[in-house]
Amino acid sequence: MATVKLKNIKKTYPNGAVAVQGVDMAIEDGEFIVFVGPSGCGKSTMLRMVAGLENITEGEIEIDNRVINKVSPADRDVAMVFQNYALYPHMTVRGNMAYGLKNRGLPKAEINQKVTDAAKMLRIHDFLDRQPNQLSGGQRQRVAMGRAIVRDPKVFLFDEPLSNLDAKLRVQMRIEIKRLQRKMGVTSIYVTHDQTEAMTLADRLAVINDGRIEQMGAPIELYNNPATLFVASFIGAPQINLIPVQFDGKNLNSGDLQFSGFKDLPENTDLILGIRPDVLEPNNDGQLEMQVDLVEQHGAENLVYGALNGASTTDGYITEICFKTNQNTQPAIDSILRLHFDHSHAMVFNKETGERLI
Amino acid sequence: MSNINWRIILNHTILLIGVIFMSLPVWVAFSTSTHSAETILREGLQFWPGTNFIGTYREVLFEQGGVMKSVLGITMLKNSMILGIGFAIGKVIVSMLAAYAIVYFRFRLATPLFWIIFLTLLLPLEVRIIPSYEVVAGLGLLDTNFGLIVPLIASATGTFYFRQFFKSIPEELLEAARLDGATPWRFFVDILIPLSKTMIAAILIIMFVVGWNQYLWPLIMTTKEENYTLVIGIKQIYQILSEGGELPQYQKAFALTILATLPPVLVVLFFQNWFVKGLVESEK
Repeated sequence: MATVKLKNIKKTYPNGAVAVQGVDMAIEDGEFIVFVGPSGCGKSTMLRMVAGLENITEGEIEIDNRVINKVSPADRDVAMVFQNYALYPHMTVRGNMAYGLKNRGLPKAEINQKVTDAAKMLRIHDFLDRQPNQLSGGQRQRVAMGRAIVRDPKVFLFDEPLSNLDAKLRVQMRIEIKRLQRKMGVTSIYVTHDQTEAMTLADRLAVINDGRIEQMGAPIELYNNPATLFVASFIGAPQINLIPVQFDGKNLNSGDLQFSGFKDLPENTDLILGIRPDVLEPNNDGQLEMQVDLVEQHGAENLVYGALNGASTTDGYITEICFKTNQNTQPAIDSILRLHFDHSHAMVFNKETGERLI
Repeated sequence: MSNINWRIILNHTILLIGVIFMSLPVWVAFSTSTHSAETILREGLQFWPGTNFIGTYREVLFEQGGVMKSVLGITMLKNSMILGIGFAIGKVIVSMLAAYAIVYFRFRLATPLFWIIFLTLLLPLEVRIIPSYEVVAGLGLLDTNFGLIVPLIASATGTFYFRQFFKSIPEELLEAARLDGATPWRFFVDILIPLSKTMIAAILIIMFVVGWNQYLWPLIMTTKEENYTLVIGIKQIYQILSEGGELPQYQKAFALTILATLPPVLVVLFFQNWFVKGLVESEK
């Protein structure tokens, strides 16, 4: 059980590419932290720096208040689960799980005990004598986790561990990882680009963009209160609706549309109005008018997509709009709907800087 | 349908002709070796086996003066075995270690060094044979197995094969092993060697055949008859044959040739599964 501190961590590759530019973070004992961001944002690099697989260009990493910049990966007392499992193909499941312990010179009986315990916990004790190529993807994933668990590490590191699994298994394993982490109470850092995984697993979530932390906090906090346009659009599925607007002192304007109820916004600046799909509801007095072109049925709920009529169509931000409704609301294709939103649920961002204004 | 049949027939005809073309001389050599010297002298090469098989081969292998003046055929066979096996094992060890250093250790000159090793392909033994001889002779290693094998075991081809193979092993395996506390040596022994098993087998087989067939180097490295290898023996026995005197012992020359061909053929036959696996395997 351990705390992890990143102090102004920077990573520059020999070819000059900057992967991480100054990250500070304090991870509490037993916390489940998720790094989420688009590919190439530096989240994996940060994880690998904690693991010791990547040199730290600048800054310090502490585990339990001990600086580990120069400590070899094996002595950092961390265990990692890789995306492609990285099981030793020529060893049995037992051999895979025992290898790290053997290298530490533990007595045989103790190794056996630990491997058996971990295998039982992960329900892989029936496969202990098989080789990885005789296992399914999900089972291999469990073995990879087993290899991490037996080491009894201070910190678990997960590098997109579920992205090679099919959708159903991914959900199962997600739940299992969360339960396991709760039960063992080991500090964990988990890297993913999947925002659902991030939301569901994390105690705290760090949204990373371009080698920086955009925002860090509880998942629901980030969902309800994103600090930047990037976080707002990255967190939440379906994605938040973004409408380009300008403020004229009284109303927000976008093409023919006017939204009242906003104040204290800069005038003559390009702004973005963000509305989550779940705060929109069909209402004949609504502020928005949409022409339905697609209804996605997800079972309990429907997602209705269409064009937003009347909005200005400046670069990039297409005026598409989506709202979430229950399974009984099934608007016909091409029908025109009016949608209402409570302006207290809307967010306003500066388009240039991405900063949240309201 | 008939189209396909024609193709099969054509393919097999070509293959058959190829097989006959390649193996007929070997067959004739074998058949001839089982006849007596008189028959061969009177009737020429023989297509069907004769009755002298046991006699000739026993004489060649086990009787003094049977082939050379003093050395037995079986001794030459042993020498060839030592050369072939030592050569193959030495090459695998050296090239595996070289490739391991080049692929897994980040040192500044890794890439240039690899290319320098690769360039030695342009310098076969024949080019450097005099300096190599000088070195070995200066060290007093003439007529020793050590002097015979060691100068040959550096291998650019082997290094190249192992390098390509190591590069195809996912990097995460190394990282996982590092996190598992494996030292570089343990990683090599516990992970790399087991994963390279088929590759090692393939290279062992190729190199055994190459080592077995070495001619020039053993010829100048050995001064005493008891150190001759089979390949040198063949050369010598034909020389003896043409020197005249007694009745030329063609059957013994052929027998020696067959004996020299046999081990590489057997090795390839028995290990061809491994061999093919090593060259085509991609599953990791």
